[in-house]
Amino acid sequence: MVATQETIDTLEEATGKYKYGFVTDIESDKAPKGLNEDIIRFISAKKDEPQWMLDWRLKAFATWKKMESPDWAKLDIEPIDYQDIHYYAAPKSGEGPASLDEVDPELLKTYAKLGIPLDEQKILAGVVAVDAVFDSVSVATTFRGELAKVGVIFCPISEAIRDYPDLVKKYIGSVVPVADNYFSALNSAVFTDGSFVYIPKGVRCPMELSTYFRINEANTGQFERTLIIAEDKAYVSYLEGCTAPQRDENQLHAAVVELVAMDDAEIKYSTVQNWYPGDENGLGGIYNFVTKRGACRGDRSKISWTQVETGSAITWKYPSCILQGKDSVGEFYSVALTNNFQQADTGTKMIHIGEGSRSTIISKGISAGRSQNCYRGLVRIQPGAENARNFTQCDSLLVGDKCGAHTVPYIVSRNPSAKIEHEATTSRISEDQLFYCQQRGISTEDSVSLIVNGFCKEVMKELPMEFAVEAQKLIGISLEGSVG
Amino acid sequence: MAPLLEIRDLHASVGDTPILKGINLTINAGEIHAIMGPNGSGKSTMSYVLAGRDGYEVTGGDILMNGVSMLEMESDERALAGMFLAFQYPVELPGVGGMSFLRAAVNARRIEAGEDEIDQLEFVKLVRAKAKHLSINDDMLKRAVNVGFSGGEKKRYEILQMALLKPVFSVLDETDSGLDVDALKIVSDGVNFLRDPARSMLVITHYQRLLNHIVPDYVHILAGGKIRRTGGKELALEVEESGYVGIDDAA
Repeated sequence: MVATQETIDTLEEATGKYKYGFVTDIESDKAPKGLNEDIIRFISAKKDEPQWMLDWRLKAFATWKKMESPDWAKLDIEPIDYQDIHYYAAPKSGEGPASLDEVDPELLKTYAKLGIPLDEQKILAGVVAVDAVFDSVSVATTFRGELAKVGVIFCPISEAIRDYPDLVKKYIGSVVPVADNYFSALNSAVFTDGSFVYIPKGVRCPMELSTYFRINEANTGQFERTLIIAEDKAYVSYLEGCTAPQRDENQLHAAVVELVAMDDAEIKYSTVQNWYPGDENGLGGIYNFVTKRGACRGDRSKISWTQVETGSAITWKYPSCILQGKDSVGEFYSVALTNNFQQADTGTKMIHIGEGSRSTIISKGISAGRSQNCYRGLVRIQPGAENARNFTQCDSLLVGDKCGAHTVPYIVSRNPSAKIEHEATTSRISEDQLFYCQQRGISTEDSVSLIVNGFCKEVMKELPMEFAVEAQKLIGISLEGSVG
Repeated sequence: MAPLLEIRDLHASVGDTPILKGINLTINAGEIHAIMGPNGSGKSTMSYVLAGRDGYEVTGGDILMNGVSMLEMESDERALAGMFLAFQYPVELPGVGGMSFLRAAVNARRIEAGEDEIDQLEFVKLVRAKAKHLSINDDMLKRAVNVGFSGGEKKRYEILQMALLKPVFSVLDETDSGLDVDALKIVSDGVNFLRDPARSMLVITHYQRLLNHIVPDYVHILAGGKIRRTGGKELALEVEESGYVGIDDAA
């Protein structure tokens, strides 16, 4: 717990010049519930932000107040009381379990099945802070040192706001405008952390930006803000999330991710999302409202989204590409799995503006239990997108007879030279397939996992290798209890 | 010593329809028995009942393997106990790589036996060796299970699984259906290669020609859910000549 105390000290040190009235009324590491200008000022001050950032947040807040929560998704959402939420909490203090013995055995079983090392289990279960097991300062230093050699910037966004204000100012909100939607406005007002990545011209990022991140990301999930910029001919592969179920008391998550790819640049963004989905009766679980969008600004630029979504009670998420550059390429590979009472409304938008732009959408939705799973996608070809192409394949798999799969594709073509293909299937795990596997001695659960992983294969192969194996196991675990 | 497989007065229904109406059959270690019969006689039902498929309800009698009743065992448990069914219509598993599927099946047995999972390299060698006998090439092993396989390829793949999993008791359900002469030869050779004094097989077929290749110790004629006649391999020839006419009413 030394590390936690250190964190608090650092924070207090950083916010020493804090001058707003209510500060004496609050705990050192948590803002009071509710959302108003003072809370936003508090967050901004805690982060030691420059005035322009605070102004930006306040403007976003004013915008958000005029907006309404979207209701077009196929989601049944209890009204959210935005005044009943803490918008700032420092990394968790010593309220967690004292040792793994006190952790829910079910959770430990899951960790074991995923093959997560014991040290990491302790972090994920909230038993210890990262620093207590890994010397995260030195890990970060080594890691960043290696990246700095080639000119790559990879740091928390709060740090980037202070250290690289020009870059942040230039790009933040340029792909996802504040007023884009209700949740992007909310996030712009109250975001607390996230990552900033900048790859300079001609640089191929020498490593997957993942290992370090996986461990350190745990407490930043609620209102995350990520900005990735790849200059001409740059390449980066970025991995977010974790296969392990993470301990998180925040019910509302609203992240914004913005990607910018210039001429010949490529960004590969992979997500594995496994936030708490609620129990088997549909109680609890995270509400995940995410706005992810990439701008292929440069010619021949490429942005590729790969997501494996198995967690959260509610998922509202449409990672998209704006294909401005000539011959730019957008890809979306998605596995969305829902079980019990989970609801997911997810898909993508491919906006073709540039001549010869191409996009591929492969979506695999799996519904089990009493869950509802909806693919919602937009392919829009603008008048200038001569010879644009899109291929969409949208497959749904039903497990059991109480769940639902829905597909809502929008296709708008305003250029007669465009070629757009859409394929869709809906199927069930057949009793024949299950029996065939079982007759070979494979247990029911393993059989379901095999068949579903087969169904998702085209997407899974897009994941970075070390994550693909874990993601496969995750699919199996998420389906437990869905058959038989 | 108990026979390897013993079926005692077995009655089974699908839904409300009784299909098997009192089957008695004893198969000793090392024996090959053939079951012949007209369409709708209950041949395939019998294979599913033995393998423990859901929806095939045993309403009376018992199935014992090495003296142990299998009725309370799920199909995967029966498989691990040594029961294998070569399917008449092997099922396609889109996206499921052949090697991962075979490895899952092999590992299920190893875990059951308290052993470690099989080493990847060792496994590939093992599969390749067995596959060669059955004229199965690497390309076929890399494809998804049964997807895009020809009829002959599917049947050879069934026998490959049988060779890998080393069951003590195998049911071959119309393994000859859809095979041309050459494919029949490859499959039969594969099966004969697996003949062993410790293992038994039940070969279900509609035609006598398979039994020229896989020569049985006993032939049983199934009709109307009961075994009507039992004899040696010559009984198959007799049926081939005179058909099943009359056998239905014999009991």
